[in-house]
Amino acid sequence: MHPRAIDWVIMGVYFAFVLGIGVALKRTTRTSTDFFLSGRSIPAWIAGLAFISANLGAQEVIGMAASGAKYGMATSQFYWVGAIPAMVFLGVFMMPFYYGSRARSVPEYLRLRFDEKTRTLNAISFAVMTVFSSGISMYAMALLLKLLLGWGFGTSVALSALIVLVYIFLGGLTSAIYNEVLQFFLIVFGFAPLTLLGLKDIGGWHGLVAGLEAVSVSRGFSPHAWLGTWSLMGSPKDNPMGVEWFGMAMGLGFVLSFGYWCTDFLVVQRALAADSMDAARRTPLIAAVPKMLFPFLVILPGMIAIAATVHGGAGSLQLPHKADGSLNYDMVIPLMLGRYFPSGLLGLGLTALMASFMTGMAGNVTAFNTVWTYDIYQAHILPRASDYHYLVVGRIATVAGIGLSIGAAYLTSRFSDIMDLLQLLFAFVNAPLFATFLLGMFWKRASGHGAFAGLIAGTAAAALHQGLTIPAGAQRGIKGGWIAVLHHYPSLMAQNFWTAIWAFSACLLVTVLVSLATCARDERELVGLVYSLTERPRAMNRPWYARPAVLGALVLLGALALNLLFW
Amino acid sequence: MRLDIRIPIGALFAVLGTLLAGYGLAGGPALAQRSLGIDIDLWWGLVMLAFGALMLWLAWRAGRGSSGGPP
Repeated sequence: MHPRAIDWVIMGVYFAFVLGIGVALKRTTRTSTDFFLSGRSIPAWIAGLAFISANLGAQEVIGMAASGAKYGMATSQFYWVGAIPAMVFLGVFMMPFYYGSRARSVPEYLRLRFDEKTRTLNAISFAVMTVFSSGISMYAMALLLKLLLGWGFGTSVALSALIVLVYIFLGGLTSAIYNEVLQFFLIVFGFAPLTLLGLKDIGGWHGLVAGLEAVSVSRGFSPHAWLGTWSLMGSPKDNPMGVEWFGMAMGLGFVLSFGYWCTDFLVVQRALAADSMDAARRTPLIAAVPKMLFPFLVILPGMIAIAATVHGGAGSLQLPHKADGSLNYDMVIPLMLGRYFPSGLLGLGLTALMASFMTGMAGNVTAFNTVWTYDIYQAHILPRASDYHYLVVGRIATVAGIGLSIGAAYLTSRFSDIMDLLQLLFAFVNAPLFATFLLGMFWKRASGHGAFAGLIAGTAAAALHQGLTIPAGAQRGIKGGWIAVLHHYPSLMAQNFWTAIWAFSACLLVTVLVSLATCARDERELVGLVYSLTERPRAMNRPWYARPAVLGALVLLGALALNLLFW
Repeated sequence: MRLDIRIPIGALFAVLGTLLAGYGLAGGPALAQRSLGIDIDLWWGLVMLAFGALMLWLAWRAGRGSSGGPP
């Protein structure tokens, strides 16, 4: 790939705007609430776009395109099943407790609802996780820029770290949110021509269908395998993902997706920054609309690339091979950028890619500095300092968080096994979380001891399940079976879904049992924190399109229609 | 009063759109070779410029409305 002057100019203009936003927002960042929660003053549409954008890191863009090539249309299940229902649930049912309790973070809600130890457990595991996620983001960006532009690892890491540091240090969460919205539009404008040109090149939708049928047959599946979703989930043997409908619906659609979208502070923080309860509830619902359409932007390029590689049709588009002879699916986006984008548009595409790497980092850094300052520093180190003190601590935490991320990026580049291990550990810690929140918000009897024991039991169950099962074709070790092999799964994805299901069930059961055996909290202390003790927020006097329940129902109908259309 | 986000978005897309469209216009047919014979820089640049202008217009309209009200 050979960017010309115009491409560099486009990248330069974007970076100038990013830094300019930080400088312009510095003046209005005076209190810790300004810095960590944007002063709770963000309109719903901005919070909504930031909500979706914080999740749309470049790993997501590249990974979803890769999955589109690897599994076809079924990848969109990660959006239509694995995101939309959970986002609607968050907006309609959970946001009244997050926003209404005035909790400043997700761990702080756990403190209000349960107790200090449950909060601290969640805060520490979350803080460690964000630092490593941000480091992985930096590492992935450095690898890609080395490949595309020949930049050194250190150069990429230093540049991205410096830019993210400057704009968050100056403008805090508002800066991060503004840049996420900017990135949202950049991604849409930067990648839409990729899908349009690729589709035109392969002979339109009909050409793509013909190509994908050839792909399916050549891999030994029915012709519909790369085009369908649910219709192939009857048995794991019928679809390239190797999962069956129950694991898909329960594991991805319920446990994993609700666990991420409803409890991960990285996304919830965007809604907490909204300017009113109504706006906070509409944040994930507004976000769900573009989320529903993203498969056409990020998954379709992968489907075009695999169809062209196997069936031909689109000129010279050929996915490269890895050293072991398998196709290198991660190359979909870089390959298509190089194939279709002339100088100028190439600059825009590369800018969109870099922007999404940096907002992926920034989202983690803003979540980290908030949880560190409120849930660890203020809770355990210095509880009663001035607001200005916490603002300074937040800025120091931003610098420290980015420093630690750089360390994590270098660690990843040296020892990739450590990274796999850490990600596995995070999966174990996260899997049971939604059970804790579900019981906390909707069962007033759930107690702090119950929640804490449930979380530990859920994590243990996840580890145990992973240690006792193994996906087909894998070596015993980090992929599973490190205790003994009691069960074989048809694919890694199926194993992951079932690990989540086991963790959730164990957490639910243990939380209920321990709660019943321990004292419940006084009901008066739980007003505003538990469904049955909280007055419903009234949105009846609003026009229909501003009522969360109506909006949520419309979003669900849209997702249902897409599921049926691509059945 | 805090910066209206539509101003930086509008300005960025107006600038990038103008750059792209100008480059596409000056580039000639050789530039369009990769993009299947379409002068995508020109057309996509114009789309981005229009989007940027829309954002700036929305921000201008909102700004006029709020400054005309009581303090």
